[in-house]
Amino acid sequence: MAELLRTEKLRKYFGMVGAADNIDLQIKEGVLTSIIGPNGAGKTTLINLLTGNILPDSGKVFFNNEEITHLPTHKRVKKGICRSFQIMNIFPKLSVFENLQIPTFSLLNQSLSFFKPVRRHTDVNERVEKLVNEIGLADKKDHPAGTLSHGDQRLLEIALAMAPEPKLLFLDEPTAGMNPVERVKVLENIRRLSGEKKSTFVIVEHDMDIVFSLSDRIVVLHRGQILADGKPDEIKQNEDVRKVYLGEEILWEKV
Amino acid sequence: MKLKIFLLIVLILFLLLLPAFVGKYILYMSIHILILSVFALGFNLLLGYTGLLSFGQAGFFAVGAYASAKILLIVPSLLLGVTAGVVVGGIAALILGYLCVRHTRIYFSMLTLCFGMMIYSLAWKWRDVTGGDDGLVGIPRAPFEIPGIFSINMSPMGNYYYFVLVVSLIAIFVLYRIVNSPFGLTLKGIRDSENRVAFAGISIRNCRLLSFTIAGLYAGLAGSLLPPLENTVTPPIAHWTTSAEPVLVTLLGGIHTFSGPIAGAVLFYIIKDFIVRFTQYWLIWFGSIVVLLVLVFRGGVVIFFTERIWPLLKRMEG
Amino acid sequence: MYLWLLAVGLTLAFGVLGVLNFAHGSLFMLGAYAAFTFYGKIGLNFWLSISLSLVSVGIIGAILERFFLRHIYRLDLPYQLILTFGFILIFDDLVKMIWGGVAMIPPMPSFFEGNLFILGRVFPFYNIFIIFAGVAVAFVLWLILEKTWWGRMIRASASDREMASAIGINIPFLFTSVFVFAAMLAALGGALGTPVRVVAPGIGTAMIVQAFVITVIGGLGNLKGAFVGALIVGILTSFGILLFPVFELFIIFVVMAIVLMVKPEGLFGK
Repeated sequence: MAELLRTEKLRKYFGMVGAADNIDLQIKEGVLTSIIGPNGAGKTTLINLLTGNILPDSGKVFFNNEEITHLPTHKRVKKGICRSFQIMNIFPKLSVFENLQIPTFSLLNQSLSFFKPVRRHTDVNERVEKLVNEIGLADKKDHPAGTLSHGDQRLLEIALAMAPEPKLLFLDEPTAGMNPVERVKVLENIRRLSGEKKSTFVIVEHDMDIVFSLSDRIVVLHRGQILADGKPDEIKQNEDVRKVYLGEEILWEKV
Repeated sequence: MKLKIFLLIVLILFLLLLPAFVGKYILYMSIHILILSVFALGFNLLLGYTGLLSFGQAGFFAVGAYASAKILLIVPSLLLGVTAGVVVGGIAALILGYLCVRHTRIYFSMLTLCFGMMIYSLAWKWRDVTGGDDGLVGIPRAPFEIPGIFSINMSPMGNYYYFVLVVSLIAIFVLYRIVNSPFGLTLKGIRDSENRVAFAGISIRNCRLLSFTIAGLYAGLAGSLLPPLENTVTPPIAHWTTSAEPVLVTLLGGIHTFSGPIAGAVLFYIIKDFIVRFTQYWLIWFGSIVVLLVLVFRGGVVIFFTERIWPLLKRMEG
Repeated sequence: MYLWLLAVGLTLAFGVLGVLNFAHGSLFMLGAYAAFTFYGKIGLNFWLSISLSLVSVGIIGAILERFFLRHIYRLDLPYQLILTFGFILIFDDLVKMIWGGVAMIPPMPSFFEGNLFILGRVFPFYNIFIIFAGVAVAFVLWLILEKTWWGRMIRASASDREMASAIGINIPFLFTSVFVFAAMLAALGGALGTPVRVVAPGIGTAMIVQAFVITVIGGLGNLKGAFVGALIVGILTSFGILLFPVFELFIIFVVMAIVLMVKPEGLFGK
């Protein structure tokens, strides 16, 4: 399996707080990885560093063996890295269809084309149709995104991250705030898409059910460092991990 | 939808037939309205669609005007003058835009104000080139001609009106296409959620620069149409108070609609003309209207019409 | 020096209220007209005139804040600028209505007439007075902000509005008082300027852009910065007039542009 992403001694300090402390991480293609850890462990910071939202104090990031440490976000997307957000980042005033058109136009390098009306771009529109059907929002495609239910907005958020057809896709708490039905829907989608092997998923999650049922590999973060890294069974047995989740023993026992 | 197209055709016919039944003064005012509309439409691409407030558009307007004037003083060809204005306006916007778009909202606005005033101070002081505070005079309303093919005399107000009308309609049409193109969609995305656009793989800076340049082109175009009308060009057109005109007019008509700036321009001149008949202190009224607009009718007149009155009318017929 | 007073008022209003008030120049102008009316037309004592003009503009400032500005705090910048621009238009015309559109030259108070000879150069007495007045105002300002309870509230609110309100500072009252204070500063600038400057509609508008330049160079919301900024602008203008007589205005804007591009928060900004 090819190595997609690699970090070397990645560091990011906010004042005295080490949000990322000398992190060495490798992400392999096709391996669905989950990143877990108690609050404040540095999960979102890590994703921010890897996707270009913030820049590290020191250390390097490599994608397909190419250094991307200081590459701006939109260039990383073009290289094949994308993410969804914990806090919703959809285009509320645009329709669902339009929301997905924007990254698709970018994918086909037509974002700056300014003469032909949008509806005439059949190649883009076909792809968006397919995407909307895949994610299950076809019946709402002309609704303004801001009027969707929370769960549907989250689906849209994930679809937006998938639209650029990235090789590596980070999902930051994709099921946050969803009810069980919506949660299952998202799960199914992720499982299916991961199975299709088009994108490699890396998920940050708090819901242990999802983490353990979905992941091929789990990385545990604690205070900016990697505490444990391995297959779900190994992690379940890991003493350090259990200690760190002390307060959440009950949650842990369930698993 | 059919109704809209019908209304549009009626409007265009009305505009085409206007010289047949109104006097010179109204034609003169109409030309001013068209110029302001083009200026404001370009401006609104920046504000309403990309979310950038530029207080320096007058700079490009002036650059376009002065360029057009200088050309016309040498070669009396309207086509050349207007083209020069557009090109120079666009280039200026490209260069200054490159410096400005890397900054965020408030600093962007201040920078544009800054550059606009720099152009103003140049216009005012650089006597050799711009004529200083006397400006450039004696600019001919040159004929619209393609050498060897045809030449139309522009001295009659009616003829110049047609020229400006056709140019404006073309400009409006082009902008309409731009706004409905993928680029327009991308701009709306930037206005809605900047962060997400970057994650769609789009360079926000490039988009803003393109938007800024287009606005500059339109400002330059609008500016270049002015000298043949007035036969003079003076520095005040580069002052920030001129930059405020498209801002006001767009606000008046509606920031988030395409036709807002045009409606605003029409209203601006009508209101001004109306008020001036009664008192020389029209600014007070205008200022008050502006204050009222900001506090109450924030969407502008067009939105007020489409969201409040139109449904009412529909309900009344059905 | 008048520019500095205007700039300080502007930066204060922005730092605490978060509003960039385009119409501040108009308040300056109103201060000048008021002082001129009290002193030049009615013939009141010079000091009394200045105090009265401060009070009257202060009242206008209070009305502005209470009834109009309050509503736009949460709005985007474009609306703020446009609203305050609307007021510029209103005030400009208002002034024309009441006092006529002709520029007027106010008389110089007799005890300030005459010049001083320093180092072989002629310095009008009044200008020296202005310099001292400026320093005095700066000192008083510093005192107020550092030592008084009100000043401390201002500084607290400037850094964190929500927190300030949470610990019980009466924000609306504070805002009004700050704006009134800022307005009075502008008026002071206008009023003090009357003996040596022309009183005409539009003098505020002419100065507001330069005041903006000062606040940007010094850092929006930063008072120390405003002082330094004013100094810089003053020096640049003088040198500019000496060296590049044609382009002194241009130079100021170039500096402003450079500051904005390199360190947008200003020389002293955060």
